[in-house]
Amino acid sequence: MGGVKFEQAMARLEAIVGELEKGDLPLDESLRIFEEGIRLSKSCLKILEDAERKVEVLVQDKNGKKRLHAFSPDDQADDPTS
Amino acid sequence: MPAKTLQTASGSARQVLTVSELTSLVRTSIESTFPDLWLEGEISNLRMPGSGHVYCTLKDESSQIRAVLFRSNALRVRFTLQEGMQVIVRGRLTVYEPRGEYQIVLDAVEPKGIGALQLAFEQLKERLAAEGLFDQSRKKPLPAFPRTVGVVTSLTGAAIRDILTVLQRRWPTLHIIIAPVQVQGAGAGRQIADALSLLNEQGAVEVIIVGRGGGSQEDLWCFNEEVVARAIAGSRTPVVSAVGHEIDVTLADFAADYRAPTPSAAAEMVIPVFEEVRERLLDLTTRTGQAMVRHCLFEYQRIDSCNRGLAYIRFRIQEESQRTDEMTDRLQTMVQLRLAAARDLVRDGQRELTGLNPILMVKQGLAMMPQVMKRLERQMAVFINHQQRRVEAAIAQLNNLSPLAILGRGYSILSRARDGTILRRAEDVQTGEEIVARLSHGQLSCTVKRALPDPSV
Repeated sequence: MGGVKFEQAMARLEAIVGELEKGDLPLDESLRIFEEGIRLSKSCLKILEDAERKVEVLVQDKNGKKRLHAFSPDDQADDPTS
Repeated sequence: MPAKTLQTASGSARQVLTVSELTSLVRTSIESTFPDLWLEGEISNLRMPGSGHVYCTLKDESSQIRAVLFRSNALRVRFTLQEGMQVIVRGRLTVYEPRGEYQIVLDAVEPKGIGALQLAFEQLKERLAAEGLFDQSRKKPLPAFPRTVGVVTSLTGAAIRDILTVLQRRWPTLHIIIAPVQVQGAGAGRQIADALSLLNEQGAVEVIIVGRGGGSQEDLWCFNEEVVARAIAGSRTPVVSAVGHEIDVTLADFAADYRAPTPSAAAEMVIPVFEEVRERLLDLTTRTGQAMVRHCLFEYQRIDSCNRGLAYIRFRIQEESQRTDEMTDRLQTMVQLRLAAARDLVRDGQRELTGLNPILMVKQGLAMMPQVMKRLERQMAVFINHQQRRVEAAIAQLNNLSPLAILGRGYSILSRARDGTILRRAEDVQTGEEIVARLSHGQLSCTVKRALPDPSV
């Protein structure tokens, strides 16, 4: 799931910044995690920017079939529970 | 009342009833007298067999009465009857004919003191808690950045509007899946539980908000249902409950991983603010770069200082190598000097040794031999000559000393004729003895006439 990936990526990125800012890694190791950090940053930004707003309604009909349809104000009017 | 006069054996008109007849009579009488009554008492001897009927005894300090709650009515009691519980019941009296016991058939039971709903709530809460359903260890953490949020609530309530508003304000590109349910009335609990399983099965959402807006305790009741509490506790996806207002606490709240006081608060709880997250990401990115640049700069300085150190070392090496050269030169000179001296010594020695060569020496000796011999001969001649002269001189001297020479000067030597003894004194001869006088030339044979010894002697 994107959310988990994002969360892990952010956590890793935080750890990387912490490591880099502590500054006690050898240069090649620093460069390695720096590159990893930049990759993570890019993929996080992509996750943030690629998403689009979507509101859906999930229902199961009498036959047990699941249906997912876009939510619209009409749903509220149609709501059998109202 | 039917006659039940017991007459003596002597009586004529006696009416004998069977036990059944009597019991039936008593039952009719009791049922018509107590068709509907309220009774307060303490439950004891409570039994709930599989039939679903409930049997117990109601008692106070001094009396007791059997009571039965048939299944259909028992189902309507929301709380669980318990031994020792003070209750107020409504019912009618009857007789259980097989045992001839009168009992009260209950229509309704209410706990004494608190409301039935409250009691039911407390009881269920206690039971589920004992099962561990509300244990802190079961609570799942909320995802920090859910991309898909599930909502279980009614599509028409205020709750869905609040939730959508807050979610979309905080994270405009959020994916939201609503599983619509009734949130009050009969069957609502079942629907809520089903919706939770539906979202879990569908698998897209990372966190679920379940709740509704405010209402009466009756309105919120479905969130106290066991089926709802179990569905929430059993959800693989973390659940945030948001039922009514802050003061309303339902079993759904206990079972949920997090409880939000209101639906809006639940929305705030599940999703961070997009802009803040984006800011944080950019900040982390910037810091990553800055830290890297700092590190590179630091390494550069380190290399630089190493270089400077190296230059100094190079200088020292040059210096030392110069000194080494110098010392090597000196050493060479010294060694050569010593070597030359030693070589001289050796040469001298050799020379000496050559001089002492025995063959050579013999050769030289041999070479010198003739010369030496000549010298020797010469010296020998000189020596012999000299000796000859010495011998001649000695002979001459000897000649002078010789008695013969003395004789030559007129002296003679007398010796006894008999034995040749030289005569020195007169006593040495007898008168008449023959003596010989040796003269310079020839000798005289003489006879001693008289020996005259020297008077002075």
